[in-house]
Amino acid sequence: MSYAEILSALPLILAAASSVAVMLVIAFYRNHGVAALATLAGLGVSFTSIFVAAPYAPENVTGLLVIDGYALFFMGLIFAGSFVVAMLAHGYLKIKPCAEREEFYLLLLLSATGAGVLAASAHFASFFLGLETMSVSLYALIPYLKSERAVEAGVKYLVLAAASSAFLLFGMALIYARLGTMGFSDIASAGMRAYMGKDPVFLGALALIAAGVGFKLAVAPFHMWTPDVYEGAPAPVSAYVATVSKGAVFALFLRYFARVDIHQSGSLMLAVAVISIGSMFIGNLLALLQDNVKRILAYSSIAHLGYLLVAFLAAGALRVTAVAYYLASYFITMLGAFGVISVLTAESAGEKGEMEDLEDYRGLAARHPAVAAVFSAMLFSLAGIPLTAGFIGKFYVIAAGAGSALWTLLIALAVNSAIGLFYYVRVIVKMYSGAETPGGLQAAVAPSPAKVAIPIGGGLALAGLTLGLVWFGIYPPSLLYIIRSAVHSLM
Amino acid sequence: MMLVWLIVVPFAGGVLAWSLSRAGGRDIASRWVSLIALVIDLFLVAGLWAGYSVRLGTGALSLPGVSLPYGKWFKEFKVPWIPQAGISFHLAMDGLSLLLVTLTLVLGVVSVAASWSEIKDRTGFFHFNLLWTLSGIIGVFLALDLFLFYFFWEMMLVPMYFLIAIWGHERKLYASVKFFIFTQLGGLFMLLSILGLFFIHGGQTGVYTFDYTALLGTAMPPATAFWLMLGFFIAFAVKLPAVPVHSWLPDAHTEAPTAGSVILAGLLLKTGAYGLLRFTVPLFPEASASFAPLAMALGVISILYGAFLAFGQTDLKRLVADTSISHMGFVLLGIYSWNRIALQGTVMQMLCHGISTGMLFVLAGAVQERIHTRDMRRMGRFWEKAPVMGGVGMLFALASLGLPGLGNFIGEFLVLLGAFMASRVMAVIASLGLIVSTVYALWMVQQVFHGEPREDWTLPDFHPREKGISAVMIVLIVWLGLYPQPVINAARPALENLRKVRAAVLMQQQEKGGAEGKGGPNELR
Repeated sequence: MSYAEILSALPLILAAASSVAVMLVIAFYRNHGVAALATLAGLGVSFTSIFVAAPYAPENVTGLLVIDGYALFFMGLIFAGSFVVAMLAHGYLKIKPCAEREEFYLLLLLSATGAGVLAASAHFASFFLGLETMSVSLYALIPYLKSERAVEAGVKYLVLAAASSAFLLFGMALIYARLGTMGFSDIASAGMRAYMGKDPVFLGALALIAAGVGFKLAVAPFHMWTPDVYEGAPAPVSAYVATVSKGAVFALFLRYFARVDIHQSGSLMLAVAVISIGSMFIGNLLALLQDNVKRILAYSSIAHLGYLLVAFLAAGALRVTAVAYYLASYFITMLGAFGVISVLTAESAGEKGEMEDLEDYRGLAARHPAVAAVFSAMLFSLAGIPLTAGFIGKFYVIAAGAGSALWTLLIALAVNSAIGLFYYVRVIVKMYSGAETPGGLQAAVAPSPAKVAIPIGGGLALAGLTLGLVWFGIYPPSLLYIIRSAVHSLM
Repeated sequence: MMLVWLIVVPFAGGVLAWSLSRAGGRDIASRWVSLIALVIDLFLVAGLWAGYSVRLGTGALSLPGVSLPYGKWFKEFKVPWIPQAGISFHLAMDGLSLLLVTLTLVLGVVSVAASWSEIKDRTGFFHFNLLWTLSGIIGVFLALDLFLFYFFWEMMLVPMYFLIAIWGHERKLYASVKFFIFTQLGGLFMLLSILGLFFIHGGQTGVYTFDYTALLGTAMPPATAFWLMLGFFIAFAVKLPAVPVHSWLPDAHTEAPTAGSVILAGLLLKTGAYGLLRFTVPLFPEASASFAPLAMALGVISILYGAFLAFGQTDLKRLVADTSISHMGFVLLGIYSWNRIALQGTVMQMLCHGISTGMLFVLAGAVQERIHTRDMRRMGRFWEKAPVMGGVGMLFALASLGLPGLGNFIGEFLVLLGAFMASRVMAVIASLGLIVSTVYALWMVQQVFHGEPREDWTLPDFHPREKGISAVMIVLIVWLGLYPQPVINAARPALENLRKVRAAVLMQQQEKGGAEGKGGPNELR
């Protein structure tokens, strides 16, 4: 391994090293605060090292990883997202009854390392290793609180993720058997020929891989697990599953297909388009029926992946920009939304599992005006209303689609945005309405006899996310500049 | 830079009003802050009026080979915003925008005054929303970059939604969500059209931009133009509202607090009309010409249907809301007649409808504040108890039915005259609306102010603040009715430019498509 290779892989090396460091810290001095600080430091250093690695990009590391601007951009997102999750988790775990809080951070770091590897992988081996590193940590993170509901969610995730990994692995094996290679760049060229030749084994392999990836992305036919897992997992972990784990897989998905001209194949286009429209409608329509905020966000995230697939299907330079911008705004927004649930849960300590019933949010604006404002901003961003990053993100997705004349998809997107608005607004209205009924008024006043302060880490994280949300919504060129310079390796 | 201030002052005023109330200030502080912010803005506009002269000209559009009668924009401001996507922060003002911005601020002051005693709950947040809506509306009237226009278009919705959802009446949630979803969906179709236009223009010229002046005259196949035009039309028709997509309006207007109703009826509806005037027809002249008969028919249906609905109402605010559908039908009819007289009438009708309907909503709000019902079956002979209120109600009911001497008459008359030149059948049917409007207006006055007293209400008459509002509005509506020339003068250059642009674009497109030997559309002149 050359000097340049080591330096360019530095973010991944540091992330891996910091998980070892955190493990040692826990072994020698078990303390919740110290473990959290060590994790934040590790993620911060890994994030900073991206700027060290940037001058060396693009660089092929051992043939398994390719560290280019695109990979570094998504690593940045992943590490920043995990950083926020760690901040949220500290206040959240502090009040939760569980024996060992420190290992949470270790698992989080490991998972983030896996996600980083995914974003950079250029080979089936690194793809699978990254995916498993990320998911195996999640098997432990989701049921971390060991409540009945959490364990149920964890087992559900475990079984389905293991099954999807099996599909994925089988698909990879078939492709290897057919093409004799596992590097993406070779598969892209040889694979297209096989695809055009209607090679049944190859097509089967493709379907298997699609099922595996679709499960991780939680798009339409593979979405069933999402609401249950999001509901059962601790809110910071739900935030992580919704953002980092999906973002990393999507980054990989796009990297692979950036080398394949998907527009050559009508049937493949059609398949992705059907998945996209299906995700939008299923996500939004089912979200209408929910009375649990975590489930609403879960269905909303299904719909958002559907929107993202519209940009994925577009052609041209706008495609990668749109995906990157949308994912960045989606990260901020989803982290913020689940972050609100985390800090509120931390605040109303011990009374119940989590602050997740829609009814719990009645009159929130009167009790915690700042938190209510943040949550409204996040929900408006999810709905794509101006002055938020979500608006620019949606604009870019629609622009990418319009540039490729995907009108059917875009009309579905427009209709779904209107449907989606309904349930986002429902939550906001709940927060701002106080005395609807006499009973409601009681409920709004009763739960917080002693107003506990918002935990400091979570509060800071939310403030930062909101600033980012508004800044990228008002002045997008700042983020666009980074994206443009980062992703042009893929265009 | 002046134009930026026009938007920023209410924006900042809203933030200040909210933060004052958060910081523990009394309610009265945020009311005064909002009022002062709007008055400052009005002074800025007055300064603009002082510098405005018709000869200076308005509306500069550089189309190759077209010389416009009036040279430059009256005021213009342009800085890059998102250069990567060809988006600039481009504001410009001509006579049309100046008139509408003035109307916005006048009605803004009225809404603050009208909610002075009505709104007691979360006053700071209320005024924040009120001022942000106004700020967004001013942005809509000034934006000349299509992305920026869409930005403001969406931006005014959220605070408006809050105004209805938080401070509204019984069925506020239903009404506010319906309003929000209707307008959002319309807006998204417009966004699709904007992007379609953006890519067609970029593909042809290599210059990817959202700038209105650059996008004018983009050549495209008729079918494409039709679909893009339809996207814009749907968004504006929902806002206007025209008949098949009007059903959000009675609910939203009825359930909104007084200030919300005034802004909805007085201003938000005008953004739809403004969009049709400024964007839909000039950007897609040929498609608009072929669509004109249908649009005019929708206008006529709106006129009659709205009036018919109004006659059937027992709810005072709902009645006034339904008359809006009818009045805005005249606007739609006038826009798609597209001759000089019809357009002048359209502008007059927009302004007068803003004032007369705004005042009727203030009146309805005042009645509701006093007796806590809007049900006209429980009212009667209010004139005896509240003569000033009765007089004002009578006057604005007469304005609403189009009595000569009051502003609405000028607007409706000019629209009908223009429409008659464009399509006799439409004009004749539309004029039937005047009869129905007489019926509903007089019926309302009869029910509320005369007739048998059905319940024994304690009804204090207008107090000084409300008298002040009424006085201003009466002066305006009478002035517009007796001497509309200043308005017509101010709007003329802008309208002439729009007509000229449309004609030039149409000619260019027909030259290109002339080989087919197709006769030009003659519905629009």
